[in-house]
Amino acid sequence: MNAAEILAQVTTVMRDVLDNEAIQVKPETTAKDVPEWDSLAHVQLVSAIEKHFKIRFTAKELNGFRNVGEMCAGIEKRLAG
Amino acid sequence: MQQLPTFKQLQRNLKQPSPEWPIIRLAVTADSASQLLVQALRGYAYELQLRLEVYEADYDQIDLQLLDPGSELHAFEPAFILVWHSAEKLAARFQKSAPEERAGFAEAHIAHLGQLLDGVNRASKARVIYGNFIEYSDGVFGSYAAKLPSSWPYQVRKLNLALCDLARQHKSLFLLDLANLALEYGVDTMRDDRLALTASTVVGLDGLPVMAKAVLDIVAAATGRIKKCLILDLDNTVWGGVIGDDGLEGIEIGDLGVGMAFTRLQRWAKELKRRGIILAVSSKNDAAVAREPFEKHPEMVLRLDDIAVFQANWDNKVDNIRHIQSILDIGFDSMVFLDDNPAERLQVRQAIPALCVPELPEDPASWITFLRRLNLFETTSHSAEDETRTLQYQQEAARREVQHSYANEAEFLTGLEMLCTVEGFSSFNIPRVAQLILRSNQFNLRTVRHSEDDVRRMATDPDVVPLTFALHDRFGDYGLISVVILRRQDRALFIDTWLMSCRVLKRGVEDFVLNLLVEIARREGADRLIGEYLPTTKNALVKEHYSRLGFESFEGRWRLDVSAYRPRPTHVRRVPG
Repeated sequence: MNAAEILAQVTTVMRDVLDNEAIQVKPETTAKDVPEWDSLAHVQLVSAIEKHFKIRFTAKELNGFRNVGEMCAGIEKRLAG
Repeated sequence: MQQLPTFKQLQRNLKQPSPEWPIIRLAVTADSASQLLVQALRGYAYELQLRLEVYEADYDQIDLQLLDPGSELHAFEPAFILVWHSAEKLAARFQKSAPEERAGFAEAHIAHLGQLLDGVNRASKARVIYGNFIEYSDGVFGSYAAKLPSSWPYQVRKLNLALCDLARQHKSLFLLDLANLALEYGVDTMRDDRLALTASTVVGLDGLPVMAKAVLDIVAAATGRIKKCLILDLDNTVWGGVIGDDGLEGIEIGDLGVGMAFTRLQRWAKELKRRGIILAVSSKNDAAVAREPFEKHPEMVLRLDDIAVFQANWDNKVDNIRHIQSILDIGFDSMVFLDDNPAERLQVRQAIPALCVPELPEDPASWITFLRRLNLFETTSHSAEDETRTLQYQQEAARREVQHSYANEAEFLTGLEMLCTVEGFSSFNIPRVAQLILRSNQFNLRTVRHSEDDVRRMATDPDVVPLTFALHDRFGDYGLISVVILRRQDRALFIDTWLMSCRVLKRGVEDFVLNLLVEIARREGADRLIGEYLPTTKNALVKEHYSRLGFESFEGRWRLDVSAYRPRPTHVRRVPG
């Protein structure tokens, strides 16, 4: 799965979790850019992304993601095993 | 009754408009982040058709909020307070404690909780819901910890047991069995180690609906929403196979085939019956054929005398369930129907939406676990009288039979030879009084749900005249069937509570009761009785109660002049003493 595919799937998950079909994300998008993306939603978002990709991040990885792009990179790294 | 909703589904509920459902005020105070749990609670309340108004205390303010009578929490006037100490914080406190204090750790925590509860009781009438603790080993002493009172596993187990004792002493305390939820749903569901680190919240997302259900099951039960009856289908539900085709020797129970699955279901039903849940049968069968296993099969756990109403015929299930309901005279919303057949379930569910019809899994081997998790029979009280309820319904069936042999109603009532014992509140009858106050819906004039603690206080309150009525007739004992609570108001006695079990409707008990109320009013020097009818969705039966008994309407209430009263004719005699 390449970076563009991962970003597309993350976008789909995000729209579902945040209940907003209009959400558009780019690698540089952060939680501040999306009104629905508060700290509670973040917990659910991480859980939904992990379920979707069948991966699990460490607590440290989670704390390190500064934007969507870094999270996608984290997903790619986990998928590569 | 389907699978538990996901957290996401519960969140979607929050966006739905909420109809005119009963309002419940719940305060939540925790030593971990509780926002997610509060969302789950509000979402799950929607599933139960309750409107939950929540006060969420700031993080880690439990002692402050509970002990200060002027706290925001108490100012909110909650009916329920969820107090949630997380096992993680508790373990951290244990680890910080001095080695010589550890053997007394559980005891110290219980003493602290006792103080918190006293604080709550001083400030409010709220009921407290408190979670117990997952009994995990800390991996320090291994299994040897069981021999070591100063170890964590020893203390956490001791604490859970001590909590049960604390809840027995404090009637306003209800325990949330989180330890059991961890057993049923897995520790990893109920505790999320990573969330605890990253979000200070303890329960995993999939565990939130589980915990919310357990909390609201208690709330719903405490507000009178309880199940009283279990209706069973027979073929492929109570036994494997079809009795009409397979015959007495062919049906699967006990050691035959997968019979143990059905035996387990029967044992569960029998335990419920012992507790006081009424069992009924609704089966498409020839009556005699359907009864045969109950009479003759050596492996049957359930016997005919366990079943209060036995409906086996070729009518449709919906009609039969309606018939059972009419005999028991309880609401459909307090009944559960078990049937293995999805088509029958669908038909019944569509015809009687209030009835609870669990979507039993296909494999009978998994039924008991499934049913256990549904927690259908939550309750907040239990009395010895519950256990004789089936017998009482059977006596009622006998009464109905003889009723036909009498020429008229009055003759029938005289023939019953009814005797009534009148008493105040005592430690013997208070649990039953509290239970009647909780359960009575139809014959209940004001439906004020006094808690067991309130009842205990009223027993000795000089401004209150508490009365209980126990009835007996030649067919048997009805037990304690009516409660009246009178309050002194100047020269009047106000009827705070007048309720009666529906089992003794149309016996003229209310005439007997009123005669006595007037007698008491005269003795107390009161010149009038004041009654009030507060309508609910269920008590239309007594809308005309006071006018029927000769009260006059005034200012939205009802008044009876004591001096002009003439005793009403009654077929009930008072037991002297």
